[in-house]
Amino acid sequence: MEKGKGVVTRRWAIDFTDNSSSSSVSRSGGFDDPLGYSRSSQEQDDSTLSRQKKDAEANWKSQKAWEVAQAPMKNLFMMGFMMWMAGTTVHLFSIGITFSALWQPISALQGVGKVFEPYKDSKVDTLMPKLVFISLNLAGLALGVWKLNTLGLLPTHASDWVSSLSPAQEVEYSGGGIPLHY
Amino acid sequence: MKVTMAMVIRVFLLLLVSFYSIPSFAIYEDQVGLMDWHQQYIGKVKQAVFHTQKAGRKRVVVSTEENAIASLDLRRGDIFWRHVLGSGDVIDELDIGFGKYVFSLSSGGSILRAWNLPDGQMVWESYLQGSMSSKSILCVPSNLKYGKDNIILVFGMGSLHAISSIDGEVIWRRDLVAESLEIKQVLQPHGSDVVYAIGFVGSEFVTYEINARSGEVLKRTSKTFPGGFSGELSYVSNDMLVTLDTTGSTIISIRFGDGQISFHQTAISDLIENFSGMASIFPSKLTSMVALKFNSVIVFVRVTGFGELEVVEKIDSPAAISDPLSVSEGQQAFAVVQNGESKISITVKQANDWSSGNLLKETIVMDQQRGNVERVFINSYIRTDRSYGFRALIVMEDHSLLLLQQGEIVWSRDDGLASILDMTTSELPVEKEGVSVAKVEHSLLEWLKGHLLKLKGTLMLATPEDIVAIQGMRLKSSQKNKMTRDHNGFRKLLIVLTRAGKIFALHTGDGRVVWSLLLPSFKKSEACPNPTGLNLYQWQVPHHHALDENPSVLVVGSCGGSDAPGVLSFVDTHTGKELDSLTLGHSIDHIIPLPVTDSTEQRLHLLLDRKGHAFLYPRTPEALKLCQVELPNIYWYLIEVDKDIIRGHTLRKTCNFEGADEYCFDTRELWSIVFPSDSEKIVATATRNLNEVVHTQAKVADHDAMYKYLSKNLIFVATVSPKGAGEIGSATPEESSLVVYLIDTITGRILHRVSHHAAQAPVHAVFSENWVIYHYFNLRAHRYEMSVIEIYDQSRAENKDIWKLILGKHDLSSPISSYSRPEVMVKSQSYYFTHSVKTMAVSSTAKGITSKQILIGTIGDQVLALDKRFLDPRRTPNPTPAEREEGLIPLTDALPIIPQSFVTHSLLVEGLRGIVTIPTKLESTSLVFSYGVDLFFTRIAPSRIYDSLTDDFSYALLLLTIVALIAAIFVTWVMSEKKELNEKWR
Repeated sequence: MEKGKGVVTRRWAIDFTDNSSSSSVSRSGGFDDPLGYSRSSQEQDDSTLSRQKKDAEANWKSQKAWEVAQAPMKNLFMMGFMMWMAGTTVHLFSIGITFSALWQPISALQGVGKVFEPYKDSKVDTLMPKLVFISLNLAGLALGVWKLNTLGLLPTHASDWVSSLSPAQEVEYSGGGIPLHY
Repeated sequence: MKVTMAMVIRVFLLLLVSFYSIPSFAIYEDQVGLMDWHQQYIGKVKQAVFHTQKAGRKRVVVSTEENAIASLDLRRGDIFWRHVLGSGDVIDELDIGFGKYVFSLSSGGSILRAWNLPDGQMVWESYLQGSMSSKSILCVPSNLKYGKDNIILVFGMGSLHAISSIDGEVIWRRDLVAESLEIKQVLQPHGSDVVYAIGFVGSEFVTYEINARSGEVLKRTSKTFPGGFSGELSYVSNDMLVTLDTTGSTIISIRFGDGQISFHQTAISDLIENFSGMASIFPSKLTSMVALKFNSVIVFVRVTGFGELEVVEKIDSPAAISDPLSVSEGQQAFAVVQNGESKISITVKQANDWSSGNLLKETIVMDQQRGNVERVFINSYIRTDRSYGFRALIVMEDHSLLLLQQGEIVWSRDDGLASILDMTTSELPVEKEGVSVAKVEHSLLEWLKGHLLKLKGTLMLATPEDIVAIQGMRLKSSQKNKMTRDHNGFRKLLIVLTRAGKIFALHTGDGRVVWSLLLPSFKKSEACPNPTGLNLYQWQVPHHHALDENPSVLVVGSCGGSDAPGVLSFVDTHTGKELDSLTLGHSIDHIIPLPVTDSTEQRLHLLLDRKGHAFLYPRTPEALKLCQVELPNIYWYLIEVDKDIIRGHTLRKTCNFEGADEYCFDTRELWSIVFPSDSEKIVATATRNLNEVVHTQAKVADHDAMYKYLSKNLIFVATVSPKGAGEIGSATPEESSLVVYLIDTITGRILHRVSHHAAQAPVHAVFSENWVIYHYFNLRAHRYEMSVIEIYDQSRAENKDIWKLILGKHDLSSPISSYSRPEVMVKSQSYYFTHSVKTMAVSSTAKGITSKQILIGTIGDQVLALDKRFLDPRRTPNPTPAEREEGLIPLTDALPIIPQSFVTHSLLVEGLRGIVTIPTKLESTSLVFSYGVDLFFTRIAPSRIYDSLTDDFSYALLLLTIVALIAAIFVTWVMSEKKELNEKWR
């Protein structure tokens, strides 16, 4: 839902201005600039413009990334409320809520790369938002698991592991009783 | 996988519990007879009185050895009415009087009842007083009046009573009690006011002449006969009797009229050539004739005058002789029945006019499985040509009852099924592959038709005729009566052993007899004079690798007494043929079916004799080898009820008495528990069923696991103080107490002991899994009580480390020994219960997952299903929400009796003696067979049917719904396509 929303959908771009590296290369092996000509200022001018633009974009990207990263937070509260409403007894409603609470974080975690793809940038560090996103979803998952446990559907008790344990064999065998003719 | 399964089940059960907090198991009225059947019997007939004088319903009133009085339809053999008296209320005499009453004298001549002949309602009941036990004699004179009342004469409990026929009031009573006085007969000569009571005092012959209206003794005459009397009398005429002397070689004629007694002796050897041995008087009610019996020959002797005797006829080994029947004025007829090879011959003779030949001589082909004739009763009717015809009611060796008329069997009743000793089950054969197409098509059409009808019924479109057709279809659904195994395991054979030594195989579908076998090895013979059947065991239950063999059962019997040799018989349960039989050289006291089978799936059995030797069967080297492996772990215990001792034994090597072989093992006593005889008497014991399957060893209570103590080597023993063993009311609360023990039968260790003060017998108990439920009487509360004891293994309670459990590093599955002396923890609780109980059983299912029900045979001969949840020691008055969620019922002082939970619904199982539950392949369901005089069979589902659709599920409706849905999908798809096309063209 929050994957592609609000992001400039630019499929591709070639940055012709950025030839600084090549120019420097040529410069190192070629001529000096004419006197009074300050290439650097010119370059700087050019680059400042584009850099500002890029910075704005990066800022915007990182801001968006953080937004996306924090989105599960709202969900978390929502889920918590729903769970509280559902109660602790096992019925259709509470089971449905619990399973959706488990499913959402898991599906979100599966698509974590895709969610942050649009904000992928050399300038933008998406690691932190990713980590926050992951940790929030994990918290959501934990909440779901906790709910599962409060419903008693998690095998966390010894009883869950022995409830279908078949009886142990007996070594001895006996028979008898009151005589048949009594 | 297992865990998830268990969880699914748990979730499911929780759901179930939340939906039905107290489940009821009632069925609808139209479901009666769908999966249950009920058969009514009466037992072996011992007396029969015909009532055929008037037109209308011809009937015969019978009394039986199961203490039943019944009126049967003479045309069809159906029961018009029937009363089953209590087990102690043995019927002595039965008669029809004054055209509308049936009189029955029972309980040793102390209770006289009058029943209305047409409908069987009791008119009155009279308790007769008396001081001593004696022969009981009922005499219904037709013309003895007291005022307007008719008088009935009853001799019982040493007194002669005259009883009014209208209200049963005792008009007069005369004690005829004297030192060793034995009254043999009460006579009331036709048309006189005098009653004669005739008897013996040692070798003295005594007659009492009593005024029939006042009861005054008019005269007592006596005369001593030096030779002594044999004790039997044959009444010849109004003033003459015939008896024998003590040696049985002399006939004594006695004339006793007019205050004089005179004897006349005739040596039997004078009458009958080559007479030897001892004769006895064959009990018959012939007048002017006496039947003597010696060496299986019956000699009819006519008495023409005082001391004048002549032999009329000798009959070799007759099976039965009927009482005489007066045909016309002064004419008497009686029937003699003789057994032949697979046929019987019946001869009706004229008693007064022997020379004119037999009135009737017929030969009737008889099923050999019915054995020999034991009793015969005759009745006459007038044929269209004004001659007399005779019908005979015969009782066969297998206790069946047949009516013969004009050389044919009119009807027969298998009344041997009223006295079932033991039962077991057998699987039916597996269905063979290959069904013809025509049959499939036919059945498909039928199937469709049937389901259309059912659909109509469901949609309330059925006409009344349709409803009748639906009901009929459901009742005789051919599915349930097939002779092959079914998918759910509902179709089985019930193999029952009756007291007559006959085995019946009943089909569980409708209760019909599939085959029956009068065991040849249980017939009387020189070596085995008095054979009785005891028990039935599964001998061979073919499983995987021996499927082509038929299953067989082992029938255990003995030749009479406790020291008599045992008899074994092996019967194929599919063909009903005896495979083999053995007459053993030893007695049988116990039978231990071992948990081992040989390569042909024959179960090994240890038979223990009175001297404590164990014999292994089958006697094959393979069985011996298998047994020797198990031998050190086999134990045997003996409960001596009369001495109040329980002894435990172990088996040792081969025994060393003379004639012993390697299949015989010695036993050695290990331990004994001696109850103090002056304060404790064993009244009841209970053990777990050896075949019981338990699903899990843990009981989960509030997320905590408690480990059940699931030893099969545990007995429940209940003892009461000697005073409390009698009837209720015979002891005061201070005098009586009940002590209950749980004893390990391997080590003799008493695991638990609890005493109930002011409680008394009778005690009934049932033991299943790790719990015992027992029923007794509380003298202080004046009510019956039921208690439950649950045993838990405390030494396993430490296994709580979840990681160990997950990784399987626990010792919960390792074999356990009684010698490890596990610590046990016991929980118990008691509740009041309204009914008194005849017998108790517990439901059993294939895997033991389904919750249990206690099946209680009530005193009213019904079977009540009580949920085990009501008998849960964890019940508290105010359970916590978590406990409630678990399905724990709040504690109440009494167990509820929900009318819908009577398994027998509106039917009675008269004389209920036993309830057996049989698991089916469907885990939710078990079969219940209850037997007494009647038989009743049904299916129960203690946790409702959760693993299959019920029979009345409409498959047709489901199919129709699916078809309709598919059609709807198709139609809407086409419509949407069209619409889309239109949109695109726009």
